[in-house]
Amino acid sequence: MELQEFISAFAEQFDDTDASEIQADTNYQELDEWSSLTSMAIIAFVKTAYNKEVTGKEIRSCETVEELYNLVASK
Amino acid sequence: MAEIPFNPFSLSGKTILVTGASAGIGKAIAIACSQMGGIVILNGRNQERLKETLQELSGEGHQIIPADLSMEKDRTRLIDNLPKLDGLVQCAGVGSQVPCKMIGKDDLEHVFVPNVEAPILLQTELLAKKKINKSSSIVFIASKAASFPSIGNAAYSASKGAIISYAKCLALELAPRQIRVNCICPAMVWTDLILQGGISKEDLEEAQLKYPLKRYGKPEDIAYLAIYLLSDASSWMTGTCVDITGGAKEL
Repeated sequence: MELQEFISAFAEQFDDTDASEIQADTNYQELDEWSSLTSMAIIAFVKTAYNKEVTGKEIRSCETVEELYNLVASK
Repeated sequence: MAEIPFNPFSLSGKTILVTGASAGIGKAIAIACSQMGGIVILNGRNQERLKETLQELSGEGHQIIPADLSMEKDRTRLIDNLPKLDGLVQCAGVGSQVPCKMIGKDDLEHVFVPNVEAPILLQTELLAKKKINKSSSIVFIASKAASFPSIGNAAYSASKGAIISYAKCLALELAPRQIRVNCICPAMVWTDLILQGGISKEDLEEAQLKYPLKRYGKPEDIAYLAIYLLSDASSWMTGTCVDITGGAKEL
């Protein structure tokens, strides 16, 4: 599992947010497009890509993309 | 002579098959049916868990028949081992939380095979092999999700909508034999089914407070409605969907 790979796949889950706006230190919950649907898409992508379970609560507990990456990587 | 207490909800003398009886709503229905005097046949995939449910039943004569209803061979084996039925509760099913833009063929199969294909094909075979007595009652456990949209629930909602439409047609076709077919549409009920797709118990405990009755359902809440629909108390009821939602107008 690679951080850069995770970031680009994470960015893929957004429709109206340019990928360049999403970096390791982006506070994703402050993005205009962020919603419970995006959160659900992240859950599904983590499951499909890494076969790991992440919860909505865990996603809300992280600030930056890198924090979330570390959480998923630790599973 | 002792007077027999008035009880229009008795299931005494009725043999009832409950699918999905190893856990959740199906388990609660099986237990409640036995408490009302019914003889219950428990079906599920997991033999150990079915045995656990069996131990919680009241009265005698109940049996377990483990079978995966998604498999034709298993369905046939189940039906070949069944006595004639006076009641059937089609409760086996799965949940799913996938946003529309990510629903793939696998996701569809995961939901539609157990929630739609298996119960319909089981019903076909039960009818073809004449296992359903006259004046029986058939209950499908559908979901309020069929008419309450919520994000991530498209595949599941569609599967429940499909089984509701099926059940209404089945009700018409079986009415000449006084066999009744009804659906129960629960809103959120505390079972393993609602704890998936990254949703935590804490999230749901908070969300349930938005329900007018301030809680999600318990499996027993649904079981008591199933008893009503299985009993002769509901003899004039067929082709309906009964909502049971704690007052909720959305999931």
